[in-house]
Amino acid sequence: MMFTLETHVLLSLIIPLLGAIGIALTSSVPNIRETVTLVTSVLLCLNVFSLLPGIMNGAEPAVLLAEIVPDIGLALKVEPLGMTFAAVASSLWIINSIYSIGYMRGNNEPRQTGFYICFAIAIAATMGVAFSGNLLTLFVFYEVLTLSTYPLVTHKKNADALKGGRIYLGILIGTSIGLFLPAIIWTWTLAGTVNFVKGGILEGHASAGVTGVLLFLFMYGIGKAALMPIHRWLPAAMVAPTPVSALLHAVAVVKAGVFAVLKVVIYIFGIDFLTTTGAAEWLTWVAAYTLIAASVVALTKDNLKARLAYSTISQLAYVVLGASMATSMAVAGGALQIVMHAFGKITLFFCAGAIYTAVHKTEISDMRGLGRQMPVTFIAFLIGSLSIIGLPPLGGSWSKFYLMLGAAEADEIYLMIVLLVSSLLNIAYLLPIVARGFFYPPLGQSDEPVPVGYEKSDFSWRNIQEAPLFCVLPPVLTALACVVLFFLADPIVRLIEPILTP
Amino acid sequence: MTALSSQFPIIVAIVPLLAAPICALFRGTTLPWAITTIISGITFYVSIQLMIAVIQGGPISYELGGWAPPWGIEYVVDLLSGFMLILISAISTGVLLFSRESITREVPDHQLGLFFAAYLLALTGMLGICITGDAFNVFVFLEIMSLSSYALIAMGANEDRRALTAAFQYLIIGTVGASFYLIGVGLIYMMTGTLNIADIAARFPEIEGARPILAAAGFIVIGLAIKLALFPFHVWLPNSYTYAPSIITAFFAGTATKVGVYLLIRFIFTVFGVNYSFGGLELTDILLPLAVLGFLSMSVVAIYQTNIKRLLAYSSVAQLGYIILGIALASESGLMATIVHIFNHAIVKSGLFLSVGCMFYVAGSVYLKDLHGIGRRMPVTTFGFVLGGLGLIGVPLTPGFISKWYLVVASIEHGGVIGYGLVALLMVSSLLAVIYIWRVVEVAYFRDIPEGAEKKEAPLSMLVPTWLFIAASFYFGIETTFNVGIAKATAAFLMGGS
Repeated sequence: MMFTLETHVLLSLIIPLLGAIGIALTSSVPNIRETVTLVTSVLLCLNVFSLLPGIMNGAEPAVLLAEIVPDIGLALKVEPLGMTFAAVASSLWIINSIYSIGYMRGNNEPRQTGFYICFAIAIAATMGVAFSGNLLTLFVFYEVLTLSTYPLVTHKKNADALKGGRIYLGILIGTSIGLFLPAIIWTWTLAGTVNFVKGGILEGHASAGVTGVLLFLFMYGIGKAALMPIHRWLPAAMVAPTPVSALLHAVAVVKAGVFAVLKVVIYIFGIDFLTTTGAAEWLTWVAAYTLIAASVVALTKDNLKARLAYSTISQLAYVVLGASMATSMAVAGGALQIVMHAFGKITLFFCAGAIYTAVHKTEISDMRGLGRQMPVTFIAFLIGSLSIIGLPPLGGSWSKFYLMLGAAEADEIYLMIVLLVSSLLNIAYLLPIVARGFFYPPLGQSDEPVPVGYEKSDFSWRNIQEAPLFCVLPPVLTALACVVLFFLADPIVRLIEPILTP
Repeated sequence: MTALSSQFPIIVAIVPLLAAPICALFRGTTLPWAITTIISGITFYVSIQLMIAVIQGGPISYELGGWAPPWGIEYVVDLLSGFMLILISAISTGVLLFSRESITREVPDHQLGLFFAAYLLALTGMLGICITGDAFNVFVFLEIMSLSSYALIAMGANEDRRALTAAFQYLIIGTVGASFYLIGVGLIYMMTGTLNIADIAARFPEIEGARPILAAAGFIVIGLAIKLALFPFHVWLPNSYTYAPSIITAFFAGTATKVGVYLLIRFIFTVFGVNYSFGGLELTDILLPLAVLGFLSMSVVAIYQTNIKRLLAYSSVAQLGYIILGIALASESGLMATIVHIFNHAIVKSGLFLSVGCMFYVAGSVYLKDLHGIGRRMPVTTFGFVLGGLGLIGVPLTPGFISKWYLVVASIEHGGVIGYGLVALLMVSSLLAVIYIWRVVEVAYFRDIPEGAEKKEAPLSMLVPTWLFIAASFYFGIETTFNVGIAKATAAFLMGGS
């Protein structure tokens, strides 16, 4: 190892920021500019993964950046959960960068330099969120993430983008300043600290009633977790170019939200404290409601990205549900869900973008028969869908499995039913897209009636017209990763285990 | 101390005062500007030296002309006044660095000598108010500052003749405020027989029950409230800020009202004392509702403005509401929030007005309708404006966040329905700030550039100072040792001195 762990932590923030500067300097030479993005993302990923062995051995590298308020610094500290999140975000950034290049060039998008700069800053903010050592630091990077993604969401600069941007910023800034910040300051006045401490800091400082109110402020203050009814920003953010929706609004931004939820539950309230006060019970039901309701809404959406957005809202609620049940199994399920859903959902978004780049279609009803033309994309979509539904041998099955175990551990039979129903709904809104793609004839055509026993394959090499390679390769890679992750669940659980056992 | 440095307290006030008539003699642009900038730089340097001396050796007392107080006039530099001296001279110097291109465009050449003379007088007045330890001398400096500022605002008439009525309105209202203050000081002199602030403070407990003292306190508080544009005495401010030359708006937004706040703090905490102010006078009941009404209503009004300078002016009145709220909470953390916010808001608002100055220089207007697509016409300037705007909203890493943090802490410490209600209202007000800043952002980035509008930046001599303020605001939002540290020490000093 070349540097100390502390240096690597700092580098996780510095590398993407330097990358942003490099992108700005090379703006006139697109090929070099994109190379800078790719090199930066690879360096960042290597850097984050070089932290992994240390963290697995129980190290907790900490860095103090500055003292904003006396006694509360801008502090970074790596713990297993943040390590997991950073690893997911940084490795997906590489794949997403490849995809961005294919997508942005394939669609001749304007203002690409600004796009890549904001992207790099958003990733730096994500690293900051993942490695934050206290609530204030988390809040700081959370806000930086919101602001740096605003130009990305409004990239198209038309009336739709303006409207989407307003909703995006209005809800995210509104909840964070209106609820999250007061909750942080209140926590500070109660406990005298806002550091993330194992077992929580509020026990003994807050009555059951205050705990309930604080939990409410935190859960609705962290608007990025998209609990209903403050979920509207996520569908609004879909006006962004697809690479943004893929990495930021399926992985970095929303995961920063649920990650913050987990951090607050584990390190501020403490799992045991929440269980004994029972303050989180309402949250379980809100999460369960969001889970089902968002799935039902997803069923009604014909726009592919809108459907995926509602699916994300529903899947995020799994994490909140895991946190709210406050049992170690459920929290492990929530943490696993952050990883597994990231890979599954980014695959789906990659596919949506590939379809848009190839044939400029956004509505599901227009995508009939498209699987014959774009088989690779649709197979990747199928694998991603199955992972999100939670079928083995795909990564998503583990998070659902642990959540079920958690529900059983908490003796919540209704929640098990909720989880089952939700899985069925997932099937109902994801699989028809694939089925129509492969089994229906393309729009405006009809297959000739064939007698039983004489069916031919509709597949022919001539029909294949995939999107550019840079758009197709990424979903294939992430779909493969979904399979690989099925076998990697054990190391991940072992990584996060220390934080679950007091 | 060497011979010269022992004279520093008087140098701060006398040097700009003496330089003003010299400036008025010169014609042309460069010379008056250079003299003013150098003089302002000197006051900045001296202020820092004074502050260092105060931090090392405690408050400095200087006897004017060698006459011992209470017979002579005493100049006093303590933590609070030293802090204000640095703030005022720093902002003045920064704004002057910016001013050369901007002011030659906005004010006719033959007036420039007079303009800079008036500027130096205004600077003298502000510095003098902060450094003097004599209540009547305060009035003298207050008038020096006010009279020169009426003239400075009126000089905006070249661009927009409404500057004249704005200056006249300010003249009338400002004079009423100053007279109230003078009446109050007169009553206090009648009761105590002294004008020295320390002396008055020492004798105050013996006579605080007397009716004339109550009247005096009333006159002084209201008089100062008018001077510092506390809602609902703020009507003069939006007009003056809107029509004054760009650099004057930037200078005054950071300093003029803050000097009023300084005086209010001085009287409430040093002269009257905490017990009388919040026990006998019950100032909390008066100031708190005004502060809250101020920051809420003015933020709403700011949303509906079509002129950026006016929008920022209303936002200034709203921010003064925050500052007064800290005083009204009558606690150490509240006072600390006030002092921190005086500093933070001064830097942020001056930076914002300077970037608007850049826009005016290029686009020739500060109406939103004329600034469509300005974000693409002047990317560097507009990005500076957005960053400054984030400071007003109170996004973390900006100084506005620090201020808000302490205000919320002070409100929660105050406790009860009022405390928690205040937290909610503060948050509502920040969200209103998001709306008024984002209106500008949307106009700047989402509207199409009008036909024939050229795409060019303001000259570097304007951009660099503007960004100096913006960068400084982020510096003081992250590395808070100076602003928070001094505010904390000052608040402890003022509350402990009661």
